[in-house]
Amino acid sequence: MRIAVIDESPVRAAIIEDGLAQVGEHDVFVISERTGMARAIETIDPDVVLVDLGNPSRDVLEEYFSVSRAVSRPIAMFVERSDDETIGAAIDAGVSAYIVDGLSQRRIKPILDLAVRRFKAFSRLQTELQEARDALSERNIIDKAKKILIRKRGLDEADAHKLLRDHAMNSNRRMAEVAEAIVTAEQMLEGGL
Amino acid sequence: MSLKQLNIGFLPLVDAALPILAQEHGFAEQQGLHLNFTRDVSWAAVLDRLQYGHTDMAHMLAPLAIAASLGRRRPARQLAVPFILGLNGNAITVSPALAERLVEYGQLGDPTIVGARLKEEIARRASMGKRVRFGVVHRYSSHNFKLRYWLAQCGIAPDIDVDIATVPPPFAGDALANGEVDGICVGEPWNSVAVERGVGQIVLVTAQIWRRGVEKVLAMPAAWLDDNRDVAERMVRALHLAAQHFVDPENWDANAEILARSEYLDGSPHLIHRAISDQVLLVSGAKLTDIPDFMFQYREAANFPWVSQAAWLYSQMLRWDHLDYSAADQTRAERVFRPDVYRTALKGYDTPIPGANAKLEGSVSGVLAAGSTQGRLMMGADPFFDHRIFDPTQVEQYLSELPQP
Repeated sequence: MRIAVIDESPVRAAIIEDGLAQVGEHDVFVISERTGMARAIETIDPDVVLVDLGNPSRDVLEEYFSVSRAVSRPIAMFVERSDDETIGAAIDAGVSAYIVDGLSQRRIKPILDLAVRRFKAFSRLQTELQEARDALSERNIIDKAKKILIRKRGLDEADAHKLLRDHAMNSNRRMAEVAEAIVTAEQMLEGGL
Repeated sequence: MSLKQLNIGFLPLVDAALPILAQEHGFAEQQGLHLNFTRDVSWAAVLDRLQYGHTDMAHMLAPLAIAASLGRRRPARQLAVPFILGLNGNAITVSPALAERLVEYGQLGDPTIVGARLKEEIARRASMGKRVRFGVVHRYSSHNFKLRYWLAQCGIAPDIDVDIATVPPPFAGDALANGEVDGICVGEPWNSVAVERGVGQIVLVTAQIWRRGVEKVLAMPAAWLDDNRDVAERMVRALHLAAQHFVDPENWDANAEILARSEYLDGSPHLIHRAISDQVLLVSGAKLTDIPDFMFQYREAANFPWVSQAAWLYSQMLRWDHLDYSAADQTRAERVFRPDVYRTALKGYDTPIPGANAKLEGSVSGVLAAGSTQGRLMMGADPFFDHRIFDPTQVEQYLSELPQP
């Protein structure tokens, strides 16, 4: 089947493309640019179009699909009421699909399921990345606070760490929050702000 | 008592105001509701979420609610509209080069005169092998229907003499700036954004094409409404109170600030303020122009879902999708609008409720006392710019009398 993946996130598009290659013999085409989208689709003439649900070009796409004489008309994936579960899962995952009329559900389902899994995996990946980034910046600020304590109070690293940790525990705050307060205070007192 | 949680889908446009303000000013809470909002960037996504239960209700284009119920483009799922979120509030903004040919600098045009000049300009460009292109937000939008109504009545055949493309509102200014289109018909704040950027001039507002034209609606799946009638009626009351609050000039500053917030429109409070106060900047550097009824709200039972307005939208869908008339489809289209829910929700409230569910659209020329089951209802002039009257019981005849493309 010819599958077009329209996604302004090239990373996510690549993840989908990679997954589709594993579920069967498909020709997969990725479109990440908003300009020239219609012409790109016309050239591809896809059987299935996968678009992220939040893509701002969806209304434009739907209009194009419904009036274009150049491509076989894909219609929104919502075909049978019995598909509600699949569709619900797709919407949850943030993916929408357009499928050329007449294509059997049996052939579409594995593709849609794959897209849903990959979309979910992508958003999990993003959450993890964000958490990693936060953790990294937390560690940075804790290191800075420790250095201040070492310099001002003549503590060694282990004691500075303990002081921070105990204070955090006693005041029911996270270490990063206490550290941030110390760094901010230092900057204000030293005229760094 | 714990509040009933409702998820509301919306697009960041000024006419999403009432549900947002109902929540922010506590009218929802008064009715035992807490509204959570899901913002999207396309109507397709708003519709998907509504039809598959991600949201309970949504801010929606009136014609799209009807198209979705009739199964245009996707399988039919009946939607219900118990409350109109507002009338008009859209404008036609054209590139400075085209504006020069259509209106006096800094002046709002007259639909008939602008149409005649546009027709000349189209002919002039055609002789150079060029076409005039307009952008609208969606095929099933009142923007599209009103733009086409105006063009056709001025002797310009949409799709033949001019192209009309779909442009998402946030990109309307870009499309004007890069010459992708020569004009746009969108809602606020996007006309004002284009004007501020100096890439467009407002030449007409849709209120000039149809003075009381239905715009966005509150839509929900009909099956959901059946199962949650009481909740839907509470929502109607919350929105009614928000609309009453909305039209009081005392509240405009605060409302503009709320709507501008990043979780809602994420825009400029100044531009939003203009739209809600009917003060419009037509062209960069000019003074604000007062356009009465630019965005019409609350008064004259403006939020009442007249089935005759659903019928008008149905007639325009037939016209531009080149479909044959079907009495059954008209009934289904009319059934989307639910005056019965509006009536029971606001019974006993200090507000006029019309006596009828349908009226002759465009028939009021002065101020008219209309029949009501509650309160005293005065209706203002509601003409189409060509003074044609729409009788919802004569759709076929009406269509046969309209200019044919």
